[in-house]
Amino acid sequence: MAISTKGQTGLTGNTAIAYAMKQINPDVCPAYPITPSTAIIEDFSSYVADGAVDTELITVESEHSAMSACIGAAAAGARVMTATSAQGLALMWEMLYIASGMRFPIVIANVNRALSAPINIHCDHSDSMGARDSGWVQLYSETVQEAYDNFIQAVRIAENEKVLLPVMVCFDGFITSHAIENISLLDDAEVREFIGEYKPRHHLLDTDNPVTYGAMTLQDTYIEFKRQQSQAMSRAKDVVTEVGREFAGKFGRDYGLMETYRLDDAEAAIVILNSAAGTTKVAADELRKQGKKVGVLRPRLFRPFPFKEMADALKNVKAVAVLDRADSMNGFGGPLFNEVRSALYELDTRPRVISRIYGLGGRDYKVKDAASVFDELLKISSTGKVETLQKYITL
Amino acid sequence: MATLKELSKQDELLSGGHRLCAGCGIPPIVRLVLRAANGPVVATAATGCLEVGTTVYPYTSWRIPWIHSAFENAAATISGVETAYRVLKKRGRIPQDKNIKFVAFGGDGGTYDIGLQALSGALERGHNFLYVCYDNGAYMNTGIQRSSATPFTSNTTTSPAGEAIQGKQEWRKDLTRIVAAHNVPYAAQASPHNWADLSKKAEKALKVSGPSFLNVMSPCPLGWYTKSEDSIKWAKLSVDTCYWPLYEIENGILKVTYKPKEKKPLAEWLKPQGRFKHLFRPENQHLLEKFQARVDLEWQRLLDLDGKRL
Repeated sequence: MAISTKGQTGLTGNTAIAYAMKQINPDVCPAYPITPSTAIIEDFSSYVADGAVDTELITVESEHSAMSACIGAAAAGARVMTATSAQGLALMWEMLYIASGMRFPIVIANVNRALSAPINIHCDHSDSMGARDSGWVQLYSETVQEAYDNFIQAVRIAENEKVLLPVMVCFDGFITSHAIENISLLDDAEVREFIGEYKPRHHLLDTDNPVTYGAMTLQDTYIEFKRQQSQAMSRAKDVVTEVGREFAGKFGRDYGLMETYRLDDAEAAIVILNSAAGTTKVAADELRKQGKKVGVLRPRLFRPFPFKEMADALKNVKAVAVLDRADSMNGFGGPLFNEVRSALYELDTRPRVISRIYGLGGRDYKVKDAASVFDELLKISSTGKVETLQKYITL
Repeated sequence: MATLKELSKQDELLSGGHRLCAGCGIPPIVRLVLRAANGPVVATAATGCLEVGTTVYPYTSWRIPWIHSAFENAAATISGVETAYRVLKKRGRIPQDKNIKFVAFGGDGGTYDIGLQALSGALERGHNFLYVCYDNGAYMNTGIQRSSATPFTSNTTTSPAGEAIQGKQEWRKDLTRIVAAHNVPYAAQASPHNWADLSKKAEKALKVSGPSFLNVMSPCPLGWYTKSEDSIKWAKLSVDTCYWPLYEIENGILKVTYKPKEKKPLAEWLKPQGRFKHLFRPENQHLLEKFQARVDLEWQRLLDLDGKRL
């Protein structure tokens, strides 16, 4: 299918990411199919077969080998990317830590899907949330357009000398990966110019200057390596901002570290990731019509977590609900809730914060669900009392 | 093939000063294989003795580019490295006249067991690389645990010779034949005591187009309960008793590359090794006989195939 970069084009999330990969034309793409990300690899395989790219595709025998081959290729100085979901990301788990610990700027599209058991192919965030401490920068995307734009920006963020960390671009399985949206594509030349050439400082194929990757460290050095990695992750926040500003300046789409929607004078706010933010914004619009002061905060950057900016954005809100499409099973709210609540702790006057788990395994999250949470928040805001700190909704 | 004198003049690509045990079979295997490359070579190693013993930060014994990433994925890692080489050469970022060889090393645990899937995948995809398994017959790095390469009846920390069970109860996996079943252009078994045979096989393996495989007997004084100075002697005896036959499968044709003039009784190889001590108690005579019978059977099966297309 010929895709036009002029005007608006109707694409699914997967098609858009495959198209971004075509425009990036990476050196190596090790890939293994898994629902709902498979179409990314299928489309990209067609680009390879048709000679539209000259990337080397490695059709590996597992996701563990996919990430291992990404690491081998990155160590050899190649620009590398792949895509996966759910069990695939879980199988890569060991290698995710090695990719970030070895500071390789690998880019992955993670199409969010629930983790087994029970097996379920539909959207939730338990896969990428399980990888939240793996040392990967994580960008979340509400729409097909944002997933496409994030994926292109991810290359620049990962390869930035101040960062040199792998980047995971997350978007919702089926809801975003399989639904067609009208989006604007960049020209191939614009993509090429924006991402530039990748010039690794050291690589395995420079046989005149041999390097050892993956040496064993003991008690005397391991912690220093981890601290350096942590500092690189901290620096990634400003790099995400810089790259986002440059992208916005050139192409007009500005995302920042997070999206705030009708939040300025809001008494109640919902914090929510990815596609469900759209539903929440519709609910906010309806309630605003009734004079209710509600707003939405949608984090785009989850790792590193922009805790100061988060606290600043929510400091004047009286009641906040953090909606997680994953449960960390720790008995005290989902992963996003834990981060947001911790970020707010440093404020002198803190909003009340509640945790709601929604939409696991692709359960619909409707405007009425969001409206119901807003109503609860407004009650908390007026009474100052929290009746239920945490619970599952959309049951 | 280079003569011993020529070999002795080549640069050592794995430097001395590493922390592998005295008498370990791995360093001579690695040094002979890397010398056989006779040009630029990039290597990877699975987690294991070789990796731990050669790269304690900030030191490295490797005078060639080298990467270790995890235990089960040496073949997948080298797939990525080798693919990057092909694409970067295609894209003109590596000189066209530069030819690099790729070698992955793994122990028997990292190859027969946890790394088998990644190895199978890489062989099937046809990457241009040599995989070398140093087979010392157990997970030696973590303290002598049983692997699927561990010999029958061997005493390991997870197959101990106890009151009721006399060591490992299962026969070892025939990995060389499993690899050959992938129809790779070259697969062979070798042993470090026969440096000429090992070097020749490594040279052949590195010359073919596509994946190749060497399964190399690697004595381990720690896990075998043998003296460090005797390692090469026990490597030789593993071959002379036909426990570890030297053979190759080149383009599908099997060739036994060494036939002992006098096939030694298996007990001569087993007796000096502490891991088989229990086999020499009178009540375990039947196990010793069973072991000998199986070795005889396998050796005959190999001789029957000698010179034949598999």
